[in-house]
Amino acid sequence: MNEPIPFWASEAFWKKTAIWVTSGSFVLLILLTFDSLAKISAGGSRVPAYSVINKDISYRFDKQLQRYQPVVLGDAPLFGKMLNEAEAEQLVTLGKKTTQAKNCMNCHTLLGNGAYYAPDLTKAWLDQAWGGAGHETAMVQFLLDPEKYARTYGSNRKMPNLGITEEEARGVVAFLKWMSAIDTNGFPHNFKAIGAEEE
Amino acid sequence: MAMQAYQQKAAGLAADLRSRYAVFMANSHLTGGQKLAVHYFTAAVVLFMAQLLFGLLAGLQFIWPGFLYEILDFNVNRMVHINAMVVWMLYGFIGSVYWFLEDESGVPVVGLKWGQLAFWVLTGAVAVVVLVYLLVQVGSGNDTSLWFINEGREYIEAPRWADIGIVAVMLVFFYNVAATFAQGKWSGIAGVLTLDLVALAGLYLAGMFYATNISVDQYWWWWVIHLWVEATWEVLVGCIMAWSLMKLLGVRRQIVQTWLYIEVALMFGSGILGLGHHYFWIGTPEYWFTIGGFFSALEPIPLVAMVVHSIYDSGVHNFKNSNHPALAWIIAHTFGNFLGAGVWGFMHTLPQINLYTHGTQWSASHGHLAFFGAYATINIAFFYLAVQQARGNCWMGGGLADGWRWKSALALLNLGVMGMTVALLIAGYEQSFIERAVEGSTWTAYFDAQNHPWFVQAMVWRVIFGLMTIAGGGLLFWDLLAIGKTETRKAAVINLA
Ligand code: HEM
Ligand code: HEM
Ligand SMILES: [Fe+2]
Repeated sequence: MNEPIPFWASEAFWKKTAIWVTSGSFVLLILLTFDSLAKISAGGSRVPAYSVINKDISYRFDKQLQRYQPVVLGDAPLFGKMLNEAEAEQLVTLGKKTTQAKNCMNCHTLLGNGAYYAPDLTKAWLDQAWGGAGHETAMVQFLLDPEKYARTYGSNRKMPNLGITEEEARGVVAFLKWMSAIDTNGFPHNFKAIGAEEE
Repeated sequence: MAMQAYQQKAAGLAADLRSRYAVFMANSHLTGGQKLAVHYFTAAVVLFMAQLLFGLLAGLQFIWPGFLYEILDFNVNRMVHINAMVVWMLYGFIGSVYWFLEDESGVPVVGLKWGQLAFWVLTGAVAVVVLVYLLVQVGSGNDTSLWFINEGREYIEAPRWADIGIVAVMLVFFYNVAATFAQGKWSGIAGVLTLDLVALAGLYLAGMFYATNISVDQYWWWWVIHLWVEATWEVLVGCIMAWSLMKLLGVRRQIVQTWLYIEVALMFGSGILGLGHHYFWIGTPEYWFTIGGFFSALEPIPLVAMVVHSIYDSGVHNFKNSNHPALAWIIAHTFGNFLGAGVWGFMHTLPQINLYTHGTQWSASHGHLAFFGAYATINIAFFYLAVQQARGNCWMGGGLADGWRWKSALALLNLGVMGMTVALLIAGYEQSFIERAVEGSTWTAYFDAQNHPWFVQAMVWRVIFGLMTIAGGGLLFWDLLAIGKTETRKAAVINLA
């Protein structure tokens, strides 16, 4: 043990390396965070404005990108009522707070994060299970009494009644519709949306 | 009459508890900081048992969905399951730090009184939060619910008032640590630990505000979850390991500290930008594919390094050590961390794979092995160090009285979690293929995968191995209460090189 320790095995060298690597990574993360937050603000190209709930939304395969992308089509006001940006944001906010207060995320995933006891909600608005046009009323009806309208697909898993009010249910549907228009880089893959059957 | 009998019984129990507590507080084998540590460890073990119980309830609901339906729904059980986990692990970490703080700094804990107060405040708050989870469960869609019932964000569901309380308690803890090192002596371990605690507590703030924009919400949410478990917790555990290897095996300080710096460099160097593996699908830009994929793929490297380090050290010292259960759990930690976080994490971290596995039982498989392997194990090792000292630094080597108990607990817990992990992995593969790849992630696709016999069988096996885990947990609980009590031999003396 009399040989001198080479510099690359010394405590001092690794201490300096640890400090530089950590601060370097952190600075990079901060810079990327500024950029990402700017790109995901509502109303940007990746995350739509809340008033997107006035529109018809679909999810289609983009041949160039080789992945599925949300597409915003013509007018299709939610519950038949055009909302301005502030009203739309208010409704989506009510919905988002309801999903938190009712703890949806501990059964479902949203954008793929959460629990795995019930289906992913990322594109729930676009799911063919809801039938055709005007399916927002079916969704509200379900949220108000999930036990009665349960289908369970043979799994016997039923969503519990969470005491959601009609106002809150409309908010939740608005939130789901808005979320379905977020550009999630092609997740979920291969998802056939309502109205996209012909593709 | 009956009422009176109950009152008498309760009074008797309370008096008994008080006198036991007085005996404990007079224990001459423990320093002030170590007594506080034992408080934290005790609460941690109780919460660990609660975690297992609620996990079992949630697991049973996969098999019998009607079980406790609209009484304790799946989301309630799951929330208590994972919250109890996060809290007991944090309790274990805080306890471990109080445990070695005086030894490492050379002086008694500064401001110990505040630390003790903080423990009771925190524990009271945890009890209230859990009661509200169980009894109130959900609220209306407004801020009052988020402030007082449940914030509805996985792992950090605690309502806002509790968040603020947690931050206050963390500040007291941080003051104890920083002031004690400042008064005593600083060391490499002390420096890394103190800075890491600043980061760990600071990150919690990122999870304390509301956002309607769910992409922004999840962006910050992952700062807490990922930068905790894949950066700051790993480094905290590195500090704890460094100290334990010196104590248990007599490894030289210079060696453990050099390793600690290497681990910090590798862990933070990969883990901080590895955060990007959660930014593939939440609305964030495409550059995260490259950054997240690349850096998170490097995260297993420090975990391999830790295995090499601890096994090498143990081998060099011929596995001679003063506390067999603790060393066994430390070895379980290095392997568990490597397998659960390193291998299981790596397997689904590239976007090309994660597109299909994201948010399936695959994640649950990894989550179980990683949290257990990396963090449950090291805390359990510390519980054993603590009981040894509390019982007069008694013998904990070979030929220990009732040694079967800790060995069976070790085997049952590790096999149980490993079994659950494999069952969930099978379910995860089946789900990724059938729901995601073949059928395209609709609701019908989801249920087709859930109803598939392979999935259903996996859920049954998960509960079977869950019961094994619980049996191990129960034995561990019993063993911690009893081990060493009848020992008259003193602990083996380790030659501190
Ligand atoms: C001890 C360290 C770790 C712990 C405790 C841990 C735990 C977890 C947990 C619980 C989740 C699920 C989160 C949720 O509920 O949505 C998760 C997700 C994930 N982890 Fe880890 N992890 C660790 C280390 C790692 C490492 C080192 C890697 C990669 C090399 C990794 C890769 C991933 C990935 C890719 C996901 C996302 C899964 C998805 O898309 O659904 N983890 N981790
Ligand atoms: C009795 C044994 C256990 C049973 C039956 C059990 C059961 C469960 C269930 C049913 C879930 C919900 C998964 C889902 O959403 O589909 C869950 C989640 C989880 N459990 Fe356990 N668990 C047990 C023990 C543990 C242990 C020992 C740990 C770690 C120390 C742990 C950590 C977790 C984590 C991190 C999650 C969230 C995973 C994710 O979101 O990806 N569990 N557990
Ligand atoms: Fe991560």
